[in-house]
Amino acid sequence: MTEHFPVLILLVPLFGALIVVLLGKERPNQCWMTSLISLGISSIISLFTVVAVLADKFQTIRYRMGGWPESNGYEVGIELRVDILAALVVFAVTFVGFVNTIYSKTRAETEVQGKVSFFYALIQLLIVGLCGIVMTNDAFNLYVLIEITSLTSYALIAMGNRRAALSSFNYVIMGTIGASFYLLGVGYLYIKTGTLNIDDIRMVLGNNNLWEHQSIIVAFIFIMLGLWTKMAFFPLHGWLPNAYAYAPSMTGTFMAPLMTKVMVYVMIRVMVWLFGNEFVYSGQHVWGELVIWMSVIAIVAGSLLALARTDIKKMLTYLIVAEVGYMVGGAWLGNVTGQAGAFYHILSDAAMTFCLFIAASIIVLRVGDSRVNAFDNLFRKMPLTMIGFTVGALSMIGLPPTCGFFSKWYLISGGIEAGQWEYVCALIFSSLVNAVIFFRIFERAYFGQITEVKEDFVPFDSDANPETAIKEVPWSMLFPLFIASGFVLLVGIMNRTLFEWIQTALKMVNT
Amino acid sequence: MIEFSFIPLFTWLVSLLAVPAILLCRKKPDVREGVTFLAAFLKLGMVFMMLPLIRDGKILHFRFGEILPGIPIEFRVDGLGILFALVASSLWILTTLYSVGYMRGLKEHDQTRFFAYFAISLSATIGVAFAGNLLTLYIFYEILSLSTYPLVIHHGDKEARTGGRTYLSHLLGTSVAFVLPAMIYCYWKSGTDINFTEGAFLDGKIGSSDGLIVLLAFTLGFAKSGLMPFHSWLPNAMVAPTPVSALLHAVAVVKVGVFCVLRIFTGVFDTDFLQKLNVGTVITYIAAFTIIVSSLIALTQDNLKRRLAFSTIGQLAYIVLGVSFLSSNGVTGSVMHIAMHAFGKITLFFCAGAIFVASGKKYISQMVGLGKQMPITMIAFLIGSLSIIGLPPFGGAWSKWYLFLGALDANQTAMVIVLVISSLLNIAYLLPIPVNALFRSPSQKDGKDSDSGIKEAPLACLIPLCITALAGLLFFLFPGLGFELAQLITK
Amino acid sequence: MDPIIATFIEDNIVPKFNYWIYVILMMIGLYAMITKNNLMKKLIGMAIFQTAIILFYVSIGVKDTAGIPIISHHGSEHHQGATVHSESGSSSEEVSPVKVKNNTIDKDKYANPLPHVLMLTAIVVGVSTLGLALAISQKIFKSFGTLEEDEILNKLRPGSHD
Repeated sequence: MTEHFPVLILLVPLFGALIVVLLGKERPNQCWMTSLISLGISSIISLFTVVAVLADKFQTIRYRMGGWPESNGYEVGIELRVDILAALVVFAVTFVGFVNTIYSKTRAETEVQGKVSFFYALIQLLIVGLCGIVMTNDAFNLYVLIEITSLTSYALIAMGNRRAALSSFNYVIMGTIGASFYLLGVGYLYIKTGTLNIDDIRMVLGNNNLWEHQSIIVAFIFIMLGLWTKMAFFPLHGWLPNAYAYAPSMTGTFMAPLMTKVMVYVMIRVMVWLFGNEFVYSGQHVWGELVIWMSVIAIVAGSLLALARTDIKKMLTYLIVAEVGYMVGGAWLGNVTGQAGAFYHILSDAAMTFCLFIAASIIVLRVGDSRVNAFDNLFRKMPLTMIGFTVGALSMIGLPPTCGFFSKWYLISGGIEAGQWEYVCALIFSSLVNAVIFFRIFERAYFGQITEVKEDFVPFDSDANPETAIKEVPWSMLFPLFIASGFVLLVGIMNRTLFEWIQTALKMVNT
Repeated sequence: MIEFSFIPLFTWLVSLLAVPAILLCRKKPDVREGVTFLAAFLKLGMVFMMLPLIRDGKILHFRFGEILPGIPIEFRVDGLGILFALVASSLWILTTLYSVGYMRGLKEHDQTRFFAYFAISLSATIGVAFAGNLLTLYIFYEILSLSTYPLVIHHGDKEARTGGRTYLSHLLGTSVAFVLPAMIYCYWKSGTDINFTEGAFLDGKIGSSDGLIVLLAFTLGFAKSGLMPFHSWLPNAMVAPTPVSALLHAVAVVKVGVFCVLRIFTGVFDTDFLQKLNVGTVITYIAAFTIIVSSLIALTQDNLKRRLAFSTIGQLAYIVLGVSFLSSNGVTGSVMHIAMHAFGKITLFFCAGAIFVASGKKYISQMVGLGKQMPITMIAFLIGSLSIIGLPPFGGAWSKWYLFLGALDANQTAMVIVLVISSLLNIAYLLPIPVNALFRSPSQKDGKDSDSGIKEAPLACLIPLCITALAGLLFFLFPGLGFELAQLITK
Repeated sequence: MDPIIATFIEDNIVPKFNYWIYVILMMIGLYAMITKNNLMKKLIGMAIFQTAIILFYVSIGVKDTAGIPIISHHGSEHHQGATVHSESGSSSEEVSPVKVKNNTIDKDKYANPLPHVLMLTAIVVGVSTLGLALAISQKIFKSFGTLEEDEILNKLRPGSHD
């Protein structure tokens, strides 16, 4: 049983999706229940996988799909591989999916009326795709899975209003360019190595000393460009803000924390496992320094763009752009601390973005206004929601004991170790800008507007008295928020353990 | 020598545990204030329990468990920490009494919130005082910034918010921008050890130019110490209610700033090591500049609380100046000045608040002749001023004396002159206030009618300020404890 | 013709013409995707773009004088897997790590089938992307009444908070 865990994580939501489609749109409650159960099972299995990997002293679990044996040292079939890093990310994906499904309960019926079954089917397929991306050990399979997640997310975003459809269209264009670049890079790798298994490619590259061959360099650049487009690395971020801000709220809350993060995971995986540190960080290529500077620009630009927004969700999406800069920069610093810091930030950023997006969605829903003045006096009106929001915000700013502080700690440590001071400065700058952004909100939430004349706004329930209409949301939405903010703190408090696991896994491949 | 103990934990915890109790009793103000008093007395009692142990040369410690590789969250109580805790917790009792009189006298809104955040701030202050390593220090430093923010913007009007923004942006901004990277750099440089133990952890591990940058980053980054150019939060924070200004901006918050600087000089580097690196003079000159400039600005302020704020900036710079001499006399002077200035300045703020409660007057020019109506307040103000200026027979004389000795030890003749000039400036901006109030009659234009109805402030306001003024006198007669504790860290 | 250009064509373009074709097609597609105003034209660009990559993959499986990779002679199951072994020291010129001994399959006679198989999947992906994009553009057309990007953006402007 245990050895089949990797594939079970994928199969359960896959069949869940099929069942949901068969149930049809007439039975939204059963659809909800089905996806809740399937994602629950999936996240429990992935938790067990984490435990299994730890119990086995970080031994990588390898699973051959269809049982194809290797031939002469090369993999023939598709292989799933789960080490502690993959297990952690898979757990994050399935668990966020599970919690988000709880949140979707009431939202799906109003926001995607009549398409509830499709929504649940797509979200489960998306989770299958994301888990597959994390676990697969086959470069081409990775492409297909990337496209599966992209296709489902295009459709999920397009379920929103008319702006969402347009944003989704732009996402299709950009996403296809990104995925195609990735595919091209894989093609070049295949020409040189004749295999698609990631470990085998690495082996062939090493055995034949192909590192400095032009095709490999071109392949690397193509793959990186493709992944950067997919993860919205500035200046390739154009598709992200609109897509996540206008998508149905329960789609945004799922995709914002996970999509870009999983792509960062893929990037780290490609850098460390496919090409290898000695290739990526060898001093012969100009890209090391260049990418760090690009990430500096991404961090600074993302923070400033976020500062310039008055729309809450837009602001959060630009913060994601800045956070992607953190992770890319950390991964490219060229030392294990930076890599592990970037990886730790995947987890912590997933937790805090999830927390903030749920809180923002709740507030936008209740107040009926997506601008910053939606927050007026909310500490009095919706104290529980604001507690959740505050935890996420403090983590974004990077104050202890939230996870944001520790990921910044590790990333800055990596930056200092590598002597990349511009990156350290950018991280600190971004913290300061985040502080301005969020304290601007806190101030309003605490005291409301200064001016006596309130701008007229349309409350969520326009019949009721505006003062009483803004109240706490049902528990089905608050509960996910508290789980998310709990995880922000938990990941922070557990940082030492997590970081040790990550470092161990990264050191194992480096030696 | 080092002894495990739960007392530091309880000392820290008691004011934190008071917060839910305060919130629960929000409907019954008397019970609520009772809870605050109870917590304050318990806290002081526990500090007194630790005092004899520390005087015996022991160091108490309590550890929560490692949070980052090699760094636990840890309390470690030594001479410097216990002195600071003693000052903060004893003044908390007086301030609570004073707050009751002040807040009720002015019928302030949201008193529950006020007392709750006050208790959190005190916990954070004790956390800083007892911090066993740089990270613990940093965490409580940040919590203190955040928990005092709602107190600063208590009034919620435009002025308060502007003040609050300056407050938070300066304190949070500098700590994140300078302290955090400097701390991580130390962590990396010293091999994951940033614990304050016997002997500083960065001792001998860093070069001269790096050392200067790290030292500057720490000294300026702990902007609560009010060194220029990051001083402007302090005058802006004066929009807060006066008890807040009194305890936090004359005692807890600013003293946390200089306390951190002291820790940097003694616990992170080491005064001997800094002498070897020859980087102390930079800080000396920054501090000297701050002393002179802030004193000059204080002269021009008519708003009493703002004048006191600039005076605080100058007095804090004395403390930094004393440490930067890198001599044991200088450090002794600084440690003493933490306590002396705390009692002196809180007296002045209590008086300023009492005047405001009784007469609604904020400006110095309105206070001429007020001594007739409020003699006790004004005499206390006079005593506080004299103590801060450093004239015998008041406590401030001792710390000034040791600062002079420190400057001479360090062969900084220029600094002796700075100390002399600044003492004259202190006289110029502080003494006229009580002297004019006591010995001059108000000008005819104001009209006597408006002042005739003024009486002394409520008893709850009056008692604390008398106690603190008397304490200034007592410190001159019995300075032994201060010396003893100061010597524990200088040897 | 200038001899330099002639040698360049001879050395770099003629032997690698398949790459040139795919690059040119790809650039046409990319140009259309980025610059065209009409959403439908963007999609056409996207189709060209994806097809170019498919061409690239297909062309790398081709060998001179090689036929289709179907083993026609008897006893094929005897040869499968067992005799095919890889050569770790294969030179960079080789297309595939599979080296086949003389008495079994002559690898030069067969085109490499794997890129074709991969492209079957890629075509499926491409078709579904295109289908989905068309569905989305239908939705856009229904709500905006146009497929010109600038007109859509103009219609959005008054109500937007940006």
